[in-house]
Amino acid sequence: MVKKKIKLFGFFVLIVIVVLFSISPFLWQIITSLKSNEEIFSLPISYFPHKINFRSYIEIFTERPFGRYILNSLFVASCATLLCVFVSSLAAYAIARIKIKGGNKFLLVVLVVAFFPQIIYLIPLYELFRVLGLFNNPIALILPYATINLPFGIWVLTSFFKQIPKEIEDAAKVDGFSRGKVLFRIILPLSAPALATTAILVFILCWNEFLFALTFMIKDLARTVPVGIAMLSGASMYEIPWDKISAATVITTLPLVIITILFQRRIVEGLTAGAVKG
Amino acid sequence: MRITDERFGRLLLVPAILLVGVIAFYPILRNAILSFYKVDILSGIPPTFIGFKNFSTLLQDSRFLKSLGNTAYFTIVSVVIEFMLGLGFALLLNRTFRARNLVRATVLIPWALPTAVMAIGWRWIYNDVYGVLNDILLKLGIISTKIAWLGNPKTAMMCAIFADVWKSTPFVALILLAGLQSIPRELYEASELDGATEWTKFKLITFPLLLPSIALALLFRTLQAIGIFDLMWVLTGGGPAGTTETVSIYVYDYAYRYLRLGYASSAVTLTFMVILVIGVLWLRRK
Repeated sequence: MVKKKIKLFGFFVLIVIVVLFSISPFLWQIITSLKSNEEIFSLPISYFPHKINFRSYIEIFTERPFGRYILNSLFVASCATLLCVFVSSLAAYAIARIKIKGGNKFLLVVLVVAFFPQIIYLIPLYELFRVLGLFNNPIALILPYATINLPFGIWVLTSFFKQIPKEIEDAAKVDGFSRGKVLFRIILPLSAPALATTAILVFILCWNEFLFALTFMIKDLARTVPVGIAMLSGASMYEIPWDKISAATVITTLPLVIITILFQRRIVEGLTAGAVKG
Repeated sequence: MRITDERFGRLLLVPAILLVGVIAFYPILRNAILSFYKVDILSGIPPTFIGFKNFSTLLQDSRFLKSLGNTAYFTIVSVVIEFMLGLGFALLLNRTFRARNLVRATVLIPWALPTAVMAIGWRWIYNDVYGVLNDILLKLGIISTKIAWLGNPKTAMMCAIFADVWKSTPFVALILLAGLQSIPRELYEASELDGATEWTKFKLITFPLLLPSIALALLFRTLQAIGIFDLMWVLTGGGPAGTTETVSIYVYDYAYRYLRLGYASSAVTLTFMVILVIGVLWLRRK
């Protein structure tokens, strides 16, 4: 009995350690963001703000175009997510339900894209977007974001569509539904959960992307949030406005934290869809 | 006239083929071609073919070789740690307890946050004067003077690895957790009747059945780690003295600071070959 209790206690200690490990860097950002600039640069370090201070939260919107960064990120990530989910669902339907010739081979070839680091696409896309004059244009991010997440979308949706009973489609065909109608009126509405799972994951990945955003968005006002924050730093190490940076970090990441907690089941489902079946 | 199923199916694939073709396969091909050219985008002179010159320069460039070494070191050390910790997390989360869902969600948080943004957070934590890491370690008596974690060639890579472990362990843990949950309960029950200990159960049931998930998690993490860019770019910029410069950082520097696009492409091509070999070896695994 005592042994069992010790074991249980050890287990909870481990759980607490895991939780602390996961959230403490983020918590530290929150604490820092609530301090005044003087308190941030004073020793000894205070582990709780002496006086809660929201000034840096206001300053990033008034002194820097942080609101604009957020709008840019929202726009780019939403468009890319919609495009990605739409295109993936069409392709996944063709592969899973129509079983067209070479469908599985196509899937395999597309999956290869997921294996390469982004840097491989960078220079040619830079060249291409330069010629087309797409720098600072959201399209220069929307298309690549939709594409690099396409393998994931097609993979998850193909395995989901395969699970939908064939009888539903057959019944609809008897009623005179065309293939197109079956897809848009029956399969896609039935797949709402899988579409949502895919969309949430793709949105997070788009929101967080850095390399393309850094390279293709040159004007300050065209930047997305991660690049905007990275560029908040002053000219030298000593000018870094840590109060503003931490406030900006919290504003950008808090929605993600909330999304993660609300949709954790879906995110886990999506992340692991490949792991179990593959 | 109604179109046939086969035709309709192909039509549905067209958008995906267009996107993947133009935004992914064309760049891969173009990148390979560019590696044989000298490209000068500022002068407006069209690229000139120079054969394998870029590659021979590359293999003699100690900075490139060092970045390859750094990338390999970063990849191996971080993936190994992430695997061990991730397995631990997964085994822990596989038990049933109250608040398990909440714990699982908190564990997921590091994965969901933007690497570049959290890299700035880490810079603040590692800060030599005002950083909280030094403060904690001093209070615990582990160090006796403050350390410039990111300014010291001996510790900078360690810091980057730690930040990556923090971010990616959840991903590994979740993949492994899904694998654990797909193992049939009956197997454990049967072995318990045979009087198996926890360790034999792990060795004979859990580990072998988890192998596919492990392989998948390791593959994805390895490929991501090889391409690491945002963490280093924000955390250290590749410094100090090039000790954290990975291939992606090297390529970016040559492409956008020195504007040597052809040369930078050849570095990508070479790295891409390495990845291809790893991929083929993985697919051929028994």
